[in-house]
Amino acid sequence: MIFNDLIQIKEKELAARKKITLRCCMAAGCMPSDAKGVKEQLVKAVAEAGLQDEVEVRGVGCLKLCCEGPLVQADPQNLLYIKVTAENAPSIVAALKGGQANVAQTNLDAAFFKKQLSIVLANSGVVDPERIESYLAADGYQALHEVLHETTPKDVVVAMVKSGLRGRGGAGFPTGLKWGTVAKSPGAKKYVICNADEGDPGAFMDRSVLESDPHAVLEGMAIAAYAVGADQGFIYVRAEYPLAISRLQIAIKQAKQMGLLGAGIFESPFNFNIDLRIGAGAFVCGEETALMASVEGKRGTPRTRPPFPAESGLHGCPTLINNIETFANVPPIYRNGAEWFAGIGTEKSKGTKVFALAGKIKNTGLIEVPMGTPLRTIVEEMGGGAPDGGKIKAVQTGGPSGGCIPAQHLDTPVDYESLGKLGSIMGSGGMIVMDDSTNMVEIARFFMEFCMDESCGKCIPCRAGTVQMHHLLDKIANRKATARDLAKLEELCDMVKNTSLCGLGQTAPNPTLSTLRFFRNEYEALLQPDQFGPRGNGEAAKQPAAAKQ
Amino acid sequence: MAAKTLTIDGKQISAEEGATILQASEEASVKIPTLCHLDGVYDVGACRLCLVEVTGVPKLLPACTTKVAEGMDIKTDSERLRKYRRMILELLFAERNHVCAVCVSNGHCELQMLAYSNGMDHVRYEYTFPKWSLDTTHNLFGMDHNRCVLCTRCVRVCWHIEAAGTKNVAGRGGKSRIITDLNMPWGEADSCTSCGKCVQACPTGALFHKGSTVGEMERDRSKLEFIVTAREKQQWISAD
Amino acid sequence: MSFLDLDEFLIELAGAVDLVYSPVVDVKEYPENVDVCLIEGAVCNEDNLAILHKIRARTKVLISFGDCAVTGNVPAMRNQLGLDNAKNVLQCAYIENAQNNPNVPKADGIVPQLLEWVLPVHEVVHVEYYLPGCPPPADRIKAVLGQMLSGVEPKLEGANLKFG
Repeated sequence: MIFNDLIQIKEKELAARKKITLRCCMAAGCMPSDAKGVKEQLVKAVAEAGLQDEVEVRGVGCLKLCCEGPLVQADPQNLLYIKVTAENAPSIVAALKGGQANVAQTNLDAAFFKKQLSIVLANSGVVDPERIESYLAADGYQALHEVLHETTPKDVVVAMVKSGLRGRGGAGFPTGLKWGTVAKSPGAKKYVICNADEGDPGAFMDRSVLESDPHAVLEGMAIAAYAVGADQGFIYVRAEYPLAISRLQIAIKQAKQMGLLGAGIFESPFNFNIDLRIGAGAFVCGEETALMASVEGKRGTPRTRPPFPAESGLHGCPTLINNIETFANVPPIYRNGAEWFAGIGTEKSKGTKVFALAGKIKNTGLIEVPMGTPLRTIVEEMGGGAPDGGKIKAVQTGGPSGGCIPAQHLDTPVDYESLGKLGSIMGSGGMIVMDDSTNMVEIARFFMEFCMDESCGKCIPCRAGTVQMHHLLDKIANRKATARDLAKLEELCDMVKNTSLCGLGQTAPNPTLSTLRFFRNEYEALLQPDQFGPRGNGEAAKQPAAAKQ
Repeated sequence: MAAKTLTIDGKQISAEEGATILQASEEASVKIPTLCHLDGVYDVGACRLCLVEVTGVPKLLPACTTKVAEGMDIKTDSERLRKYRRMILELLFAERNHVCAVCVSNGHCELQMLAYSNGMDHVRYEYTFPKWSLDTTHNLFGMDHNRCVLCTRCVRVCWHIEAAGTKNVAGRGGKSRIITDLNMPWGEADSCTSCGKCVQACPTGALFHKGSTVGEMERDRSKLEFIVTAREKQQWISAD
Repeated sequence: MSFLDLDEFLIELAGAVDLVYSPVVDVKEYPENVDVCLIEGAVCNEDNLAILHKIRARTKVLISFGDCAVTGNVPAMRNQLGLDNAKNVLQCAYIENAQNNPNVPKADGIVPQLLEWVLPVHEVVHVEYYLPGCPPPADRIKAVLGQMLSGVEPKLEGANLKFG
């Protein structure tokens, strides 16, 4: 494969394009509502109408407005049909030749779509994720070619630093700095790992990227491998994402067949292979050191850092580990230039961020917005506010490691620092909206239960601390706790945060701490008078001993 | 190898490059509390009792796995650290059924000693009273999960010193437990060489010689140290 | 019993305090305005609970006395049997293992009902000080009482702090 081959495939693919395209969402959001049946019937209806030469029915990735699926988009008519059923197919096809289909549509000019800026999701809902040609038609793998033939690994790192991209896994570590560190770490063998162990409740953006545009991740990993000097990559993806796994398998196979992965890529001396590793359902394996232990076939528990993976990671070798969205940002950065990317977003948070918008909100789905977009724009304009006349009470970001941002702070811009100041984190992109019917103590208890169940059990503060914090939250929620219990809870939050071994434990108290910070009255309203506290409370009333568990 | 100079609790000391803070603290005669650490096997930094404050570092660092650096200023005994250590110990006592009065290790237990030295006169967290079993299928040793603190010392000596690989950890969170072979009764675990190193390594009454009764289970760590010294330094020195 | 091991210190103690209530003192009702109470035993049944609530309300300083009071100790081991443990231990003791006349003793007002869970004292009421040990030996009791009599905040340290 040389550059001309790449362009030839692209041109052949574009030449084969038909006048009209029906793009059918084939991502996990629409699949359970018979998206496959819809696509099959559309193909059939097109054939029956004799329009095979004019209409292409293309299976694509996520079309974003997940709450209204299955979705079908018609081009160039620019119509997005919603809640499509297999029976609707003839009506949709008939309308391609003029007239109105008897199928509900949504307004593509609505804020939900118009306020989005697609970089990571640019191909989502456009390319067919199961055909590499479709990705090549969208200029795929050209960035890799350019990097391999026109840039030194050092310059690749320099460009990454210049772009200002920060890790999209949640913590926001500067990507260029990480690449540079791995590149400079001595070692004959190095690895690149893509962390696709997305596990936050309510988060599905990483899954959507894999299901919609797997080649962007592969290309990003290959560029990263070239920059740091690695020849082997792993994608660690959770077993709960069978569709993403299958699309990755197809993508890797196709890329290998075309010589875009493997030995001597683009007739350069650069070799790079990618293998999949399937997680077994442990949330903690999203923590990088636990993930690497799992890839090595060991029990997935974190270890103390330093040494950091950049110095000693997988099998003791320097290892670059980034999140899916980080890698998916890489090809567009090299296609369009680091300056272009650095021009988007805020001073310290560049580019865009993908969020999985969920919870008590009208429009749920996948959004990608420039960094610095106010939360209010996201939840009120794009999300359409709370359904059924409810009022938005808080927005939760960062999943079990994040916090709840109350409605009075909705004007906060979405960037790493601003969210951090409010006791939350950017996180990997889960955004759960809560309305005024939400009980914040229950929310804290829910996330604590999650962390308690997912603690690996290695360090004591997280293993035993989450159990006690959950018990105290349970006691408060069940109106059996006193002010002394609340004080104990706060003390434990502080201790677990400061003494746990890995990020899971260090951030497990965050949902509790942030709800305590902004909704303390809800906790206090549930507290009981301390009848049997220190002397001075009068004659004790009869009360059964607090039942356990 | 270059030496590093550093300060531990105000005392200036020198340490070999590559030494951990815990190793260096011995030279300063500073006692940092430990539980999962065991001389002779690699450290995992899991119990968090040896966390120390290092000037200029916002996070607390485990002394057992953190290497010394030139000019480090380390505090091992602040009010905050004492508070956290006591809380960690209380969490351990509340986590399983540590009934000292009827324990084989009563009086020789590292968990007890840590509780005393950290002033733990009671446990503020509610005891969870979980149901755990006792494995007495091995003909020499017993395992009482009620007393286990999951320090994994037994696992590490089994793999690192004896190289039998019998012991391991299964499950997660508070439901984690030490298993033998593929989660089978110890007596049926074929890989076990019955060397008893795990019993010597155990800090509490979780692993014991069969037939020991309350307070009778005393450990002899010098045997482990003897083997490690012999292997690593080729010196066959017995402690006694 | 280890309290009685205080031997001659008991005489000294008698000069400094009034012993107003004890299982071995012939007073039926726990008096008001008590300064210090040493509470032993875990909270196992309805009676324990009622008297503990009363004691807390009428006492300035509670000292949890002995491992059973401080940790639940052996009496609390039935908690490990989970829900219904009270029913199950009675069943096991009085029915399954009865040699003759199997039945669970029951007499309202005489035999108190077991609580669902056995709890250490401080999980039921606030406790000021702790004196663990199984049993706490006389010198440790003396140390704590001595500190209190001389107006010092009682605190067990070093060899005096010991469970089991």
